[in-house]
Amino acid sequence: MAQLKGYKDISIGARAEGGSTEQFNTGSWRAIRPNINLDKCIHCMLCFLYCPDNAVKIIKYSDKQGGNPEVIGIDLKHCKGCSICSSVCPVKCITMEKETDALKRDVKE
Amino acid sequence: MKKAKMANYRIKALTGAEAAAEAMRQIAPDVVPLYPITPQTQIVEVYSQFVADGLIDSELVRCESEHSVMSVAMGASAAGVRVMTATSSQGLAFMFEPVFIASALRLPIVMNLVNRSLAGPINIHCDHADGMSVRDSGWIQIYNETAQEAYEYTLMAVRIAEHPDVQLPVMVCQDGFITSHSLVNVNVYDDEQVKIFVGNYNPRDTLLNSEAPVSIGALDFYDYFFEHKKQNFDAMENAKRVISEIQEEFSKITGKRYGFIEKYHTDDAEHIVVAMSSACGILKGAIDELRKHGQKVGLLKIMLFRPFPEFEVAQVLKNARSVIVLERVSGNGAYGPLYNEISSALYHYPNKPKLVNYVFGLGGRNFGHKDALNIFAEFDKVDTDFLDQNNKLRYYGVRE
Repeated sequence: MAQLKGYKDISIGARAEGGSTEQFNTGSWRAIRPNINLDKCIHCMLCFLYCPDNAVKIIKYSDKQGGNPEVIGIDLKHCKGCSICSSVCPVKCITMEKETDALKRDVKE
Repeated sequence: MKKAKMANYRIKALTGAEAAAEAMRQIAPDVVPLYPITPQTQIVEVYSQFVADGLIDSELVRCESEHSVMSVAMGASAAGVRVMTATSSQGLAFMFEPVFIASALRLPIVMNLVNRSLAGPINIHCDHADGMSVRDSGWIQIYNETAQEAYEYTLMAVRIAEHPDVQLPVMVCQDGFITSHSLVNVNVYDDEQVKIFVGNYNPRDTLLNSEAPVSIGALDFYDYFFEHKKQNFDAMENAKRVISEIQEEFSKITGKRYGFIEKYHTDDAEHIVVAMSSACGILKGAIDELRKHGQKVGLLKIMLFRPFPEFEVAQVLKNARSVIVLERVSGNGAYGPLYNEISSALYHYPNKPKLVNYVFGLGGRNFGHKDALNIFAEFDKVDTDFLDQNNKLRYYGVRE
């Protein structure tokens, strides 16, 4: 862990710089995890719009130089496992899996 | 000091509440979240009228409770605009939670507090229980004797709150009904001059600045909470210097001298009463009368209660023979809050005066000229029975 700063070196009134959540693993307490079946995904972007944590990873329209934006997966560092994405998916390509099972699977793989 | 220019003010007949609203009109804050509560209602009522008449362009947010008022105030202030509001008593009690957050997030909100007792039993009249309940909330607190002072300090409060070395919310207090509903002459300074004095608000970082995005109100645990609090404590210390500077600047408009405290015949006084807000006017009248009879009595009026001007207070009191701290609030199981501050301020001086705490005027119990004379007559008792340990907390004006 980084050296903690003194009170003269930190922001006034506990203001956090924009984007600082990037540094933290805020998804560590997730109990269930979304798995996307990208073969079934129609890239409608509903999960991206509904995700309260901005944890659906996409390729933006501007990065693709034409064509529609594309869903490419879930940012598991920040996903809290609320399963809203799974509920709003019109083609039911997002399924929720117990985090403990997923971790066991990750270790095996 | 330069003399005040001719005719830079108009005399208006205003109540204390109207005087505060008049200051708000001149400041023209961007957002005013409001909720009525006696005796503060007149402030937001008059202010709403100004807005409805098109005199000022200000966003009024009519909230469903005081908790929402302070929450809206915080949101607007964090978004980077100037915010003012007003409340009293139960209203302050209801916004208690966000009051502490506003100061911790360093949001320079200015709030007029019209002091009223806290229920129960339910009562709408003046005492200082409401203001004192948030004395450690990290807000700067200024207690005003008159409508004129409330008007002037409301103007100064904006500058104090927004100063980069302070960035703390300010409570400008006046006594409910006694000050807020009494019609008096108030010198209202020239709009243009006030506008220049108040200036524009240039916040350091705001929620709406997409160039430099910030999160305000994030979680702050044992690793950094203490450090952020220390910043607040230092800001409170800075506030004393900043308030002095701003008073100096404001005195160029008014030609008056300002301080954290007001001394009234204290230089040669043997007996000094310490008090706050409207009771000071009554006590001054009594002092004038007693001085004619050769009694060496004086008054120390505390205006700035947070940050507490410990040094200035001690300089005035340390050579007196005896001091009565007259408070419109009870410590309820201990001495009153003002008494605690005064005794702490004096503790380190070798020649301390005898110091006694009198609680008076709870729930708006009237305190008139005769009562003020009675308080000064109490000094005989204070001098003789001071050594009786059970006699330092006394109650004036309660029936037995």
